[in-house]
Amino acid sequence: MEYAWPWELSRSGVLNMNRRNISYIGRYNQRKFYKRVDDKLITKQLALANGIAVPDLIGVVHQQHKIQEIPAMVLDRSGFVIKPAKGSGGKGIMVITRVSNGCYYKSNGHEVTHSEIYRHVSNILSGLFSLGGKPDVAIVEGLIEFDPVFEGLSYEGVPDIRLIVFKGFPVMGMLRLSTSASDGKANLHQGAVGVGLDIATGNSLHAVQFDLPVDKHPDTHFPLSDITVPHWETLLHTASSAYEMCELGYLGTDMVLDKNKGPLLLELNARPGLTIQIANGRGMLPRLKHVEAMKSSAMSVEERVAYAKKHFCSNPIF
Amino acid sequence: MHSRKPFYIFVVLLFIAGISASIYRGIEHNVPFLPGEQVQSWAIDAKVSFNGTNQPAEVNFSLPNDPAFDILVENASSSGYGLNISADTDNRRAVWSIREASGPQALYYRVTLVPTGKLNIETDEEPLTPEPYLWPATEKSAADQIIEEVWIRSATNLSFAQQLMNLINDNDQSQNMALLLSANTSTNLFVHMLHSKGVPARIINGLQLEDQRRRQQLTSYVQIYNDGEWILFDVPNNKKGRDNTLVLWEYSGHSVLDVMGGTNSLVNFSMLKDTRSALATSIDMMMNDDAWDFSLYQLPLEEQSTFKGILLIPIGVLVVVFLRVIVGIKTSGTFMPVLIAMAFIQTTLLTGLIGFLLIIACGLMIRSYLSTLNLLLISRISAVIIVVIFIIGLFTLISFKLGLNEGLTVTFFPMIILAWTIERMSILWEEEGPKKVFVSGGGSLFVATLAYLAMDNQIVQYWVFNFLGIHLVILALVLVMGQYTGYRLTELKRFKPLVGEQ
Repeated sequence: MEYAWPWELSRSGVLNMNRRNISYIGRYNQRKFYKRVDDKLITKQLALANGIAVPDLIGVVHQQHKIQEIPAMVLDRSGFVIKPAKGSGGKGIMVITRVSNGCYYKSNGHEVTHSEIYRHVSNILSGLFSLGGKPDVAIVEGLIEFDPVFEGLSYEGVPDIRLIVFKGFPVMGMLRLSTSASDGKANLHQGAVGVGLDIATGNSLHAVQFDLPVDKHPDTHFPLSDITVPHWETLLHTASSAYEMCELGYLGTDMVLDKNKGPLLLELNARPGLTIQIANGRGMLPRLKHVEAMKSSAMSVEERVAYAKKHFCSNPIF
Repeated sequence: MHSRKPFYIFVVLLFIAGISASIYRGIEHNVPFLPGEQVQSWAIDAKVSFNGTNQPAEVNFSLPNDPAFDILVENASSSGYGLNISADTDNRRAVWSIREASGPQALYYRVTLVPTGKLNIETDEEPLTPEPYLWPATEKSAADQIIEEVWIRSATNLSFAQQLMNLINDNDQSQNMALLLSANTSTNLFVHMLHSKGVPARIINGLQLEDQRRRQQLTSYVQIYNDGEWILFDVPNNKKGRDNTLVLWEYSGHSVLDVMGGTNSLVNFSMLKDTRSALATSIDMMMNDDAWDFSLYQLPLEEQSTFKGILLIPIGVLVVVFLRVIVGIKTSGTFMPVLIAMAFIQTTLLTGLIGFLLIIACGLMIRSYLSTLNLLLISRISAVIIVVIFIIGLFTLISFKLGLNEGLTVTFFPMIILAWTIERMSILWEEEGPKKVFVSGGGSLFVATLAYLAMDNQIVQYWVFNFLGIHLVILALVLVMGQYTGYRLTELKRFKPLVGEQ
């Protein structure tokens, strides 16, 4: 049968969209703190103030006439990323992986002309990618030199690690691998592969693409069953401390591993998606309820990470 | 976490208020629950005629006041006469007066009555026990004999009256009865006999309604008091009870017509049956009441028709909320489908769908050219709006030339919505490819079509305008759905892989 009964899902502890919106986002995320995650520039500044590593900030474009300054900004860079400060769902991110002789190339080798960059940034400033179409600013960031441990694992794009943090406890994690279907982007709804990760160890548990289980990367054919994410402790620690930084109870943290700098915080998300449950092959609700039921004595980041590792570990279901 | 109780109480109150407001409107104001219902009405003309005697004249005429009929319109006319209609609720009367009346005079009273179906005449007041009738010596023994015989055979006032009436109308009459009937009308005899036993009874005047009758007179009927209710007896026809073709013109014990300063006074009735829309009738009634009433019927017709459109939006919104929250269908833009559905109502579904797709397709082609020009977003959107106007103009012209009148309705699409849709679709096309455009656009059109089907329903259109309480019910439903934390239908499929792996 293709459809599950509601009570079967409920028994499996599957968190659904309506309950996420009402019982978690609505209840634990205060409206006034949203701009800390919805505006990536503010997130970046907050992270720096809290000692959390983030990708280099090359520059910010606030006005149309400043767009001409971009070539000068990226002069000595091997690659860069342009993203809207208030974008959502990965929309409007342009990744230039190679700069040579003043020409820019995407990861798939296609050249990007100056006028394309100009138009893209202009669209960003006009608010095409921001929520509600509000005027926006464009952030120019250094390219992440991704850690060779994931060599051959991802197609074109940088693998990133999404952790759901509830009241400061990392409750569920996944590794997102871009594919040719996702055009180098790490968004699951666009066809990226999601690999569920064990909170205790950072080992892979289960993997899906388009909500269906897979055991090999569709493009690179890399086996997904025995991945271990390095720097796991730091990743958990960074994610957990993002709670103090932005004060949102229900939070998604997106991080990448840089060859030189280790884990970098890419962005925070006040409305993280639910596919992480499918990637993990299990529902998230029991863990959220576990955290909700805890007697709230203030715990430090280290204590929370240790608690999460002890209680939210799980067995692989490959 | 704060208590949800006040919220649910509020929702339940909204629900009850909405339902009861609608039922009140239906029952109290007689707004029919279904469109197209018809009711009968009766137009009755009363002509009072008398001969003036060259002196001041005053005509005092009783007006109908029967709970079985509502008065839709009434007016009285007669040139030269002063007119006063007394507002006494028990005894409504028209009084015409003039200083000098000479020769034949005619006064008119016209009324339109609508049957209400409330045929019972109830009263809280117990009537006085009537004085026994003093029979003439020649009739006394005959009457006493009949009364005693029937009295013994009866149990209650009502069965006494019933048996008396049967006996009066009996074909083989006894000698006693024949004697009494030779000296009295059957109606009078009936009342006298009832009064002899102290049964409260009275003679009243009623008008039998019959289509296209003229020069009719009032007929006498007898009402007998029983348990808080006056029950009608039609003695000459041996009938108990009444139907809705009988108007009780005067039943409070007063005379129907008093003429001072005139002779040979007479009242004649003519009547006409009419069928009219139940809704129009109840609206006229509400207007008549001129009480403070919160209804849209008081607005000018143009505003009313605007509201008929606006009041459909909650239905469309309800459909969208249901499809998104309970079913989980994705649409591009939350309320764009509602606005498209509003346009469909003007264009009809098929024309609307074809027109919409044609405009979006042409718009996308032109937009793809604009995107190579590297314009700023604002001017690009503005350019798309202008182009959309061109496209709409072109389609309208072409369909006019081809004689396709349906094509002309394409102008009903909201242009800003079309332009924004084209812009979003174009971005979606560039970023995620044409497949996504068809999925997202198709979802929106599907939702718009369902919203249209709900909004286009004749009964729905009738209800949202005539029973404003419905909107409170919709509000309650929307609020309840806003609290729904359960699984969406599409999630039952999406999360299926997670079942049984715990």
